[in-house]
Amino acid sequence: MESLLNIDRLTKTYGSLKACNNITFDLYPGQVLGIIGESGSGKSTLLNCIGDSLEIDAGEVTYTNSNNETLNIKQIPESKHRKLTKTEWGFVQQNPHDGLRMNVTAGANIAERLLNVGIRHYGNIREEAKYWLEQVEIDTNRIDDFPHTFSGGMQQRLQLARVLVTKPRLIFMDEPTGGLDVSVQARLLDLLRSLVRNLNLSVILVTHDIGVVRLLAHRLLVMKKGQIVESGLTDRVLDDPQHSYTQQLVSATLIP
Amino acid sequence: MTNTELNSNLSNSSTKPGFNFAYLDEQTKRSIRRAILKAVAIPGHQIPFSSREMPMSYGWGTGGIQVTASVIGKEDTLKVIDQGADDTTNAVNIRRFFKKVCGVNTTEKTSEATLIQTRHRIPETPLIEGQTIVYQVPMPEPLFVIEPSRTEAAKMHALEEYGSMYVKLYEDITNFGHIATAYDYPVMVNQRYLMKPSPIPRFDNPKMNNNPALQLFGAGREKRIYAVPPYTQVKSLDFEDYPFTIEKWDEKACEFCGSTDSYLDEVVIDNEGTRMWICSDTDYCNGQLTMDN
Repeated sequence: MESLLNIDRLTKTYGSLKACNNITFDLYPGQVLGIIGESGSGKSTLLNCIGDSLEIDAGEVTYTNSNNETLNIKQIPESKHRKLTKTEWGFVQQNPHDGLRMNVTAGANIAERLLNVGIRHYGNIREEAKYWLEQVEIDTNRIDDFPHTFSGGMQQRLQLARVLVTKPRLIFMDEPTGGLDVSVQARLLDLLRSLVRNLNLSVILVTHDIGVVRLLAHRLLVMKKGQIVESGLTDRVLDDPQHSYTQQLVSATLIP
Repeated sequence: MTNTELNSNLSNSSTKPGFNFAYLDEQTKRSIRRAILKAVAIPGHQIPFSSREMPMSYGWGTGGIQVTASVIGKEDTLKVIDQGADDTTNAVNIRRFFKKVCGVNTTEKTSEATLIQTRHRIPETPLIEGQTIVYQVPMPEPLFVIEPSRTEAAKMHALEEYGSMYVKLYEDITNFGHIATAYDYPVMVNQRYLMKPSPIPRFDNPKMNNNPALQLFGAGREKRIYAVPPYTQVKSLDFEDYPFTIEKWDEKACEFCGSTDSYLDEVVIDNEGTRMWICSDTDYCNGQLTMDN
């Protein structure tokens, strides 16, 4: 199988600090890749280097788009890159304020991605918005409400609907369940799991929560100080950690 | 405009002594004209310019007045309107200002003017080739409502990313059932740049399309100039199922001239709240009256 995304020796430094050091991995269609590590280990930087327009110092990021063209993400024109982030890619932020427009209605938040790709039929846009609200289990009556009237979990689901409406192939998630209480977290994870499977999405999921990756991720990368210290199938890494840092991480997890 | 430029810096007997022709010094006028030329070359694109302090406060037309001062020549006949009227404070003062510093002829008749400075209206009388209309612009950036960062907005213009602008129209339809934006209604110029037409009512938007006159826009505080050259396509944003429409005053006509096809102002005339509807364009209204008599 052809890989969807290929990261080759990606390096990003902030002055003398190596935030990402020689990161190499592949992502395949339909795969959920979890990245875990402690705060400051470089996982969010890595996500922004790939999914956002953060400059990198060395290495290559290659993506195969829906037309089967291989794009070198750091060399394609900015217009093309921005188009990718608005169509085939999606970004779900930890803080919904970064991923949503809080001053326009939920419907408009979903509509924006469709408007960005040139759809100009109000009725159709609205139908589409309603459909995706249903898919993320938000009552369609709330379509004309502002996101700030939504609960934290609903805001995260709205972010997801906003991203999914353009039928993306690759979704980046930065701590999507951060700041949610346990039961809401469980519901969101459950939803994510079924959506990922039904829509054949590829996901790069950054989190520090081992429970989240255990449920969602097929493969796992463990990062420490900007480097990948261990990688493999999620269950293998968590049940039989090889690196001392992963062992610490797993043993530090509270089991109720 | 141009044939008088050579001796335009010589003062005229009827102008106020001590001022250069049209108030601004020649170098400033030149730099503004350079910005205007650039603006004409890229229809709808905002060109930065070094806006000067003018003897009036921001928000009163400092941008328009600088553009007018840069293009006006001795042969020009100037008309100044404010909300369509020639006799409001802003219009009277700007007209008197140019009379004082240029000694040019002024008029209230749209057809006689070669240069028209306007705030918030386009005259009802169709403009013709050779005329120039200068709009006073408070806020030139159409993307501001959706993207507060100028840098990001500039990038969106460069990459023609105007989808987000429709979010505002979407919200209008969602809240009011129709596109409720009544003035400063965003337009696409020459199928390329998104532009704010200054706070003219959307009633005037169709007049901008393929207009034979040169349309110049000046924003003094925001230091931007943009332009729509003659015969350029100007299209108002809309949805396929909610097409652009202009205001209508069903069954109402101007109390003075009886016009039913001009832009009507609603005027409260007594304490009981009685209203009357009159043309906002005073010159047009007078013209209709004399035609009737």
